[in-house]
Amino acid sequence: MPETKMISLTIEGRPVTVPEGTTILEAAKQVGVLIPHYCYHPGLPVAGVCRMCLVDVEKAPKLAPSCATTVADGQVIHVHNEKSLEARKGVLEMLLINHPLDCPICDQSGECELQDYTFQEGREDSRYREPKRFNPAEDFGGDVVYVPNRCILCTRCVRFMDDVAHDPALNVSERGDRALIGKFEGKDLTHPWAANVVDLCPVGALLSKDFLNKARAWELDRTASVCPNCTQGCNVIMETRENQVVRMRPRANEYVNAFFMCDWGRLNYRWMNEKSRVELPMVRDGANLAPTSWERAIASAASILHGKKVFVAASPMLSNEALFLLTQLMQSGAFRVVEGDEAPLPGVKDLALRRERAANVNGAEALGFRKSRDLLGGLAQGDVLVVAGEDLDGIDTSALGRASAVVVIGSVLPAGVTNAAVVLPIANFAEEEGTVTNLRGRVQRFTQARQAPGETRPSWLVLGDLLGALGQRSSFFLPSDVFAQLASSNKAFAGLSYDTIGFKGLPLATAEATGPKAPLAMGLTG
Amino acid sequence: MGYPHQPHQRETTVLSRYFGVKDARTLDGWKKRGGYQALQKALDMAPADIVNAVKESGLRGRGGAGFPTGMKWSFMKPGDGKPHYLCCNADESEPGTFKDRELMRWTPHALVEGCAIGAYAIGAETAYIYIRGEFTEPLYWMNEAVKEAYAAGIIGKNAMGTGKRIDVHVHKGAGAYICGEETALMNSLEGRRGNPRIKPPFPAVSGVFGMPTTINNVETLIAVAPILMNGADWYKNMSLSNPKSTGTKLYSVCGNIERPGTYEVVMGFPFRDFLYDVCGGPLPGRKFKAVIPGGVSVPIQSMAEAEATLMDYEGFVAQDSMLGSGGVILIDDAQSMVAVIARIARFFAHESCAQCTQCREGTAWTTKILERIRDGQGTTEDLDTLLDIAEQMTGKTICVLSDSCATPVVSGIKKFRGEFEALIQGRRFHPVIAAVA
Amino acid sequence: MTPPETLGGLKSPDHASRDHVSHTQHQPVFVADSEARRELDELIPRYPQKMAALLPALWILQRERGWVSDGGMAEVAKLLELTPAYVKGVVTFYTMYHQHPVGKYFIQVCTTSPCGICGAEEVARAFLRHTKAGDLGVTSPDGRFTVIEVECLGACGFATPVMINEDFIESVTPEKVPQLLAALA
Repeated sequence: MPETKMISLTIEGRPVTVPEGTTILEAAKQVGVLIPHYCYHPGLPVAGVCRMCLVDVEKAPKLAPSCATTVADGQVIHVHNEKSLEARKGVLEMLLINHPLDCPICDQSGECELQDYTFQEGREDSRYREPKRFNPAEDFGGDVVYVPNRCILCTRCVRFMDDVAHDPALNVSERGDRALIGKFEGKDLTHPWAANVVDLCPVGALLSKDFLNKARAWELDRTASVCPNCTQGCNVIMETRENQVVRMRPRANEYVNAFFMCDWGRLNYRWMNEKSRVELPMVRDGANLAPTSWERAIASAASILHGKKVFVAASPMLSNEALFLLTQLMQSGAFRVVEGDEAPLPGVKDLALRRERAANVNGAEALGFRKSRDLLGGLAQGDVLVVAGEDLDGIDTSALGRASAVVVIGSVLPAGVTNAAVVLPIANFAEEEGTVTNLRGRVQRFTQARQAPGETRPSWLVLGDLLGALGQRSSFFLPSDVFAQLASSNKAFAGLSYDTIGFKGLPLATAEATGPKAPLAMGLTG
Repeated sequence: MGYPHQPHQRETTVLSRYFGVKDARTLDGWKKRGGYQALQKALDMAPADIVNAVKESGLRGRGGAGFPTGMKWSFMKPGDGKPHYLCCNADESEPGTFKDRELMRWTPHALVEGCAIGAYAIGAETAYIYIRGEFTEPLYWMNEAVKEAYAAGIIGKNAMGTGKRIDVHVHKGAGAYICGEETALMNSLEGRRGNPRIKPPFPAVSGVFGMPTTINNVETLIAVAPILMNGADWYKNMSLSNPKSTGTKLYSVCGNIERPGTYEVVMGFPFRDFLYDVCGGPLPGRKFKAVIPGGVSVPIQSMAEAEATLMDYEGFVAQDSMLGSGGVILIDDAQSMVAVIARIARFFAHESCAQCTQCREGTAWTTKILERIRDGQGTTEDLDTLLDIAEQMTGKTICVLSDSCATPVVSGIKKFRGEFEALIQGRRFHPVIAAVA
Repeated sequence: MTPPETLGGLKSPDHASRDHVSHTQHQPVFVADSEARRELDELIPRYPQKMAALLPALWILQRERGWVSDGGMAEVAKLLELTPAYVKGVVTFYTMYHQHPVGKYFIQVCTTSPCGICGAEEVARAFLRHTKAGDLGVTSPDGRFTVIEVECLGACGFATPVMINEDFIESVTPEKVPQLLAALA
């Protein structure tokens, strides 16, 4: 492969050297200079239409659109000098002349790039005295609502549907100041990845119906996490308000999901706020389960498991840490996984809503659990059954009769289990920290987004205490400690740690080595 | 020819010689008049020699940009293994301009010949003639001419028996001024919205269908045949003012003038003589007030400037305007400059493709302010706002439609500020019309 | 809530038809063995990409049906392997494709400045008066005429040029309007 030529230039007084073909905007990012822009997005082809990114290149006759101009040796570029600032001020003024004063009622408020840049560099007044253009809001179908009055015609949504989703369901209609985004009558935005246009929209023109009027952006707490709804493992930001998960949005990861996540995953967060939970540790007292202290519950569970053959029916939603600890108290274990249709995002290599709809199928298999359509098939007569994270919905629970005792470790009490000896309530995916392994063997960290209710505890903490009570290992204080033990005892996980995994993840030693599948900066012109 | 009038003796009719001559529209009629001899000659030459002849002649693009045609053709690299394309820009939509319409409806074979020569010179086997959808008569005659030329073997897979392939296709536009911009034309041809493209890449590198493309105006292509037949020197010598502007130019004269029509004069012709002598001067009882010499995108000239102008690329620039497309619009003292400029702004607001923020919003905003001033609702801040908007609309967009909207506003306020201020101060516009004698 | 109106001048009608609801089913135009299909099939090979035949296909559609309906767009989209939304984006860009039925005679009057200063607006008003169409862009009650203002028609020296369907008529004055209309069936 021919060596890439490197180009050296100066941006806002900072020297930067980048490969030939890099745009000025991307080069600027590398030295910490953010050039304000709207239509440019690293996951979409370059359009160069908003004209916000115009910069002053010394000795050039005109301002250059930095998203669409490649660097040249020796260029001296100003982003915040008077010429560039005046140009951006002009763009902002023009964008606001027809833009309604909707901030008080617009969902985007607080995370709106028009607000942000106007506050930073725009005029404090408007000189527009004419009537504003008006178009009624439209339901685009799916999760998307379109408010044309707020649209700045950056065309990110059109380019996403065309070039990334490969389904040109959105267009620019009309011409001039009458232009707006349109779709075809009867052809709704039902593409399984369409809601990404809501994230892409810099303003409140494209909104999520699910999130409509639900919360203000500045009220949200945000945590880095992973979508648990299928085996792709798209990186996400989980957003909560008053301890309720109210939204999930994609987080960029060039190795997994580029900048996107599917609609099904994105909207499937309500279960994280589930209310009907077991919140207290319980032990059987005759016909009932009686709440008790954690110490008693753990001790009771340990005495039931001690010296017995244990079969674990686990959930593939459990973390690597929890599943690892489970393997230390079982002789065999199995899991089942719900399946659905695969829905790829064709414009990104190897990205799809996967058939297997759980976060950690790969991790479960790597740790020794068997995938099975008959979850309790491996439960032998007399085994102690540990139901971990499973609700046993739809399972023929007559098999439970084979178990000598049932210990439930989960967030819900499975309906079919009427004789549980001990119930240890654990946090769900949004309420604890850990790692999961995606279908390509990438281990990714997820962090706690909401407080677990009642007396529930993180799964790894409970299992660590249980193993301690069984005399095997003292309790862990941090999930990273659990992971460290996992990494030192399992060849596939060798060499990994929370520090090295970071928030982009790392592949298992046994996984196929792959480079980034989505470049950080797409779309050079031509 | 001052078509539809009789040719004026001071005209030099090279391209317009057969305007109004119905017989010249057919293949036989055209051949009788020397048609296709230039193509015959060209097909015997090496393409590079044709390019050099055109370079030598000093021919510059007649669509409005005035870029040296030979140089443009030389950007097409031979032997790159990619199909080359020639696009003829017959989208003539610049207000004030109507010369290409005449060329196509009176001398359609001249354009077929020009396209064939041009295609051959740049290594293209296919030429598309993009004609605006409103030009029903040119579309008819061009389609007929192409049909006749194919039938006679002049073009096709064995052009004039030389074994070389030249295909010419007529492509009908659908109503968009912006499709006269070369990259927008290419997008429109490809079946897209007529959005201009960012350059680079330039058409000669990546044009229509992603392949190397040259786009030329109708008049430019038709000028090539006479250059080949009479020699580059002949063309170069037709220049009254400066050697950078050679040959003849068709001027579309319209507005408040005695003899509107299409005129052909040599580069460097004195504008004063042109307006008052050749074109007959103002209408009875009226006086010229302003002239826009190159289609509405160029700066408005005061009559003092116009009367000092020599009609060529550099000459108009020297008098604070541009030759542009040669659409000469005369505005007399019965017109309100504000109303005229407001209507020009409305034109641009209609035609903006909507890509760039400054153009999409600025053209409409400019129009609204101007119409408000025209209707007596203007304020003193409006003029400053208009000039600010014009500044924002200049040099910051993908194409120059935005700049073209700003230009008449800036030149209008500069040279006719009194009319704006009068309306703002509440004085209605009174046309000055002397009693007809 | 009624949208605010812009001030001044003759209103230039927005040719969009978002409020127009078509009640007639689209009859396919490009059926196998039809003249239209043959015409399109001959056009497609002129271009290296099928999509380039879009504008020509839309012209054939409008010629056959009088306007470009959603159904027509869907038919063309399918033939050229495009999405209907894409085709609609193209159709709404260009002013000459009618997105709703128009009168039997579609009258376009140029009123851009070179014609504007030669009385074009009076010509447009004369057409409105004599056709009895209530406003620009509105079809006359007898269904025969729709009058609109258009931008420069490229015949500025022959002010005011007017197009009536495919006929391009030069040098129209208000006085000539009645006889022009009378000549139409």
